[in-house]
Amino acid sequence: MCQLRGTFKLMQRFFRSVTLCITLISLFGCQTLHKRNSLYQQFGGQAKIEHVIDAFILRIGANSQIIHYFSDSNISHFRAGFINHMCALLEGPCEYNGDSMVQIHTGMNINERDFNLVVELFINVMTDAHIPYQIQNKVLAKLAPLRSKIIEI
Amino acid sequence: MRWAKYVTLLFGLFIEAKAAEGKLLATPGTSSIDGSAGGGIVPWAQLSNYASDDEWGGSAFCSGAALSDYRLNVCGAQLNLFDRLELSVAEQAFPVVATDTMIKQSVLGMKVRLYGDVVYSRWPQMSVGVMHKSLSDDAVAQQLGASESQGNDLYFAVSKLQLGAIAGYHWFWNVTTRYSEANQNGLLGYGGPEHSSRWHFEASSAIFLTPHMAVGYEFKEKSQNLGLGESHWRTAFLAWFPNKSMTVTAAWLNFGSIARSKSQKGVYVSITGYF
Repeated sequence: MCQLRGTFKLMQRFFRSVTLCITLISLFGCQTLHKRNSLYQQFGGQAKIEHVIDAFILRIGANSQIIHYFSDSNISHFRAGFINHMCALLEGPCEYNGDSMVQIHTGMNINERDFNLVVELFINVMTDAHIPYQIQNKVLAKLAPLRSKIIEI
Repeated sequence: MRWAKYVTLLFGLFIEAKAAEGKLLATPGTSSIDGSAGGGIVPWAQLSNYASDDEWGGSAFCSGAALSDYRLNVCGAQLNLFDRLELSVAEQAFPVVATDTMIKQSVLGMKVRLYGDVVYSRWPQMSVGVMHKSLSDDAVAQQLGASESQGNDLYFAVSKLQLGAIAGYHWFWNVTTRYSEANQNGLLGYGGPEHSSRWHFEASSAIFLTPHMAVGYEFKEKSQNLGLGESHWRTAFLAWFPNKSMTVTAAWLNFGSIARSKSQKGVYVSITGYF
């Protein structure tokens, strides 16, 4: 009986600390939410998205390991599509109406290594554009689920 | 020095090869004292170094721990084949000043990635691994009542990097279940007079403060085969990933009681090079 009560107390303490943690984290989150609204705004809005994607295109163009994937692409079509997609992914005032990720990447046979290189280029571009680390990470969290619709198809 | 031979051999093999760089920075983690990719004391589901699914890569590491009454020095190497199979070797040296002996243990490890990618897959990355551990001299282990001088560990590890999960910072976690008869990770032999659980829970958690720096915590459950009040191991660590060629880890250790020496605390430094 005594032991049971001990276990119960331990569990109570555990749940209390978990609740405290969750409260702290959500307070933290809310604070940033109130200051600046959506991820789209935190990122810097349409102008910043366009700036980042223009810089990204230049980086891809200068990279001999991955440029071949883009040999058949229409750059201005890619640019417009990616800007529109980013705006929608970051919950900005857009709806993505371009081709699906699967349609675009089928037959390109992008491997893991080249995919990760593109992610790294994108991170570097965001860093150069002074996007804060925490915002970059949230953007990556939005983009990451797309990976299975992009590589090795 | 057997480990020196392994390391030299591996360096020779890879000196010409271009380092595998197919993974994102920091995602392979660091080297555990048993050789496998992991934290300092827990093997993780990730395989060592930066090899992606069509690359292979090698890495080598050395780690040192200084506790109140003991020291542990480890060097080892890992080979990652196509991010599917990891082969590892570690040589541990554990000088015991009180008896003027040097306990040496070799660990051969193999880990297979079963599913997923620590960053991208919907479910966490999962791997299964085995380690064969053997003591070169089991005098101390025998004296303390251990029944074997070698043993095999089997483990199942699950890990995930949660992107931007905590106030925008990446959160990493790993949970490992290990079957082991080892006493003090094998340094004091395997098995013993007391019947104790063979399954152990191990866990790690870390937050990336920057792309190059993570701070975290590890826990390793231990059993009581020798009846000496063996404690669970706990560490708090800081890992630095300056680039894809090296990783440096510093940790604060709380290993509790080791062979009747109580309250063993200390520091740990580890460096892994990738080539």
